[in-house]
Amino acid sequence: MSSTASAIDARNVSKVFRGAGQDEVRALDNVSVAIRENEFFTLLGPSGCGKTTLLRLIAGFDFPTEGEILLHGEDIALLPPYKRPVNTVFQNYALFPHMTVAQNIGFGLEMLGRPKAEIAARVSEMLQLVRMEELKDRRTSQISGGQQQRVALARALAPRPKVLLLDEPLSALDYKLRKDMQIELKRLQHETGITFIFVTHDQEEALTMSDRIAVMSKGKIRQIGSPRDIYERPTERFVANFIGETNMLKGVVGKVGKGFAEVKLAVGPKIMASLPDDFTPAGEVTVVVRPEHVSIADAKKAAFKGTLENIVFFGTDTHYHLRLADGTAMMVRLQNEAGVSPPYAVGGVVGLTIAENSARVLKD
Amino acid sequence: MAEMTRAEQVSESFRKADIVTRWWLSAPAMFTIFIAAIGPLFVMLMYSLMVKGDYGDVKYWQFSGEGWFNVFFQRDIFDETVVTWADAHTQIFARSIGLAAITTLAALILGFPTAYFIATRDEGKREIWLFLITIPFWTNILIRTFAIQETIRNEGVLNTFLMKLGIIDTPIQIMFTNTAIVLGMVYVYLPLMVLPVYAAMEKMDFRLVEAGYDLYATRLKVLWRIILPLTKPGLIAGSILVFIPAIGAYVTPRVLGGGKKMMLGNLIELQFGQGRDWPLGAALSLTLMVIVTLALLVYVRNAAKGGGGHGH
Repeated sequence: MSSTASAIDARNVSKVFRGAGQDEVRALDNVSVAIRENEFFTLLGPSGCGKTTLLRLIAGFDFPTEGEILLHGEDIALLPPYKRPVNTVFQNYALFPHMTVAQNIGFGLEMLGRPKAEIAARVSEMLQLVRMEELKDRRTSQISGGQQQRVALARALAPRPKVLLLDEPLSALDYKLRKDMQIELKRLQHETGITFIFVTHDQEEALTMSDRIAVMSKGKIRQIGSPRDIYERPTERFVANFIGETNMLKGVVGKVGKGFAEVKLAVGPKIMASLPDDFTPAGEVTVVVRPEHVSIADAKKAAFKGTLENIVFFGTDTHYHLRLADGTAMMVRLQNEAGVSPPYAVGGVVGLTIAENSARVLKD
Repeated sequence: MAEMTRAEQVSESFRKADIVTRWWLSAPAMFTIFIAAIGPLFVMLMYSLMVKGDYGDVKYWQFSGEGWFNVFFQRDIFDETVVTWADAHTQIFARSIGLAAITTLAALILGFPTAYFIATRDEGKREIWLFLITIPFWTNILIRTFAIQETIRNEGVLNTFLMKLGIIDTPIQIMFTNTAIVLGMVYVYLPLMVLPVYAAMEKMDFRLVEAGYDLYATRLKVLWRIILPLTKPGLIAGSILVFIPAIGAYVTPRVLGGGKKMMLGNLIELQFGQGRDWPLGAALSLTLMVIVTLALLVYVRNAAKGGGGHGH
């Protein structure tokens, strides 16, 4: 992978904040990530994981303590924000309240000293792109949250940035609007062909929108991969736990093959589980299995059993919470069929089988 | 016609009680407006329209336009029919407006960065800075003004210091000049500028500043296009708060300007004191009020127009 091909290439970036007194906060700890051109890249993690800090370093609001940030091969780590061809959609939108919608959108181009006619043309193009033509002369306080969101997008896209940064832009919207904006954002990214770097703590948002996701925690990137990679092939406990519902089972490694290992689970059966790259397990390991990859079977034939503790109906599917023989909690998700009530009851003992190729050995 | 239902009777009695209650509750506001504000103004107007008494005061219920006439014109000492402009008054009006305007401008230039500095400190530390700004308020204005006099007079701290350093040979004459008056007024009224500007700035969302930088605005552009328009209410409030007391200032020009550089406050005081011309004093006071009102109207109008969206 050549570095100039990356839209953003962060190399060994650390950021240390000095708080009151002598305590230091290492918000980013030796982070390296290469974000490809025209990619929808998501930084995902809980609050305080460093995702917003990384975004602010790319935007230029903060400067890294160590490391370099390359934009198309050029180090921008120490440039002020107004000298970077990078624009931001802020979490609270940060629209200028003393300007109209159109003036907000044209602000960046105006600051770049573009001719008036060009600004006007670009502004109306942007208004059209985010479907806000009718409201162009409104003050930003006179439009709804969803509309403000779209103005913020248009304002950031108007100067044609090389990279667009989005700092949890959907968190203030209600559920329905958020769903609509997720689709809208994908459309905008597709139409503009600009690299999007999207920060969120919402794993569902990350899975549905991203080309690739970097899962972060405690100032480090834990795993980078496609949504499918991250979901189906997590490398460590944090990633598996943070994304989706997970069952963790203890086991002992038997034979190890190429990318696969045989694991004898503590609850009985031997299963084949995939391995993270460059990782050779030995001894005791933890294996993850997603709830939808476990099915309920006849108690007599199944390799291991569990006692039903709770059954929760979710519309499209039902969650069965079970307790295994060794005391481990387990969850099974089964799709509901029309008109069929499942024959299981709380307190009953059922057999369980794990789908082939679905188990995964964790590094930690 | 049907008689009132029980419900209507109840609501009627509540309505009556309500009216009485409303009168009582609005009494403090009414007192302030009529007794404390409009009343004295009316008394002043009456005094300005009466004949002046021989030893001060006025001759009651003898009306004359002489008070107002004397604001603008003067009669020749030897021939009362020769009327000329009251140049001395015009000069004092001009000086008052000019010095008040310069003071306001200086307070803006000094107060804005000060307020910005405080507003950008850590949250816990802002109170300390604000507290420091307000400390001079605790001292009587006369004492503060005398302190300035001690600093700037020919044998004062500043001149002695500069002469000891050999920077100057003879003391710089600052006392009894317009500079001295402006210096004193800026010092006294500066907190009145800093506080409202700080209040506006503290309310400002500093993420808008980041948004400005993000959209290619340089520091100067961010100041001009984002910070200034957003803190304008504070700048207007501060300017009003400084300009009004400055144009009517009495103590500062009296002490630092001596008798030489009179301002309107001193002129008015003179009429009620040694001048023994109460109608003229009252007319001058009302003229000052009219000037202040007009100045404020023009200022607020322009400020409202000039702000908001530049460059459409």
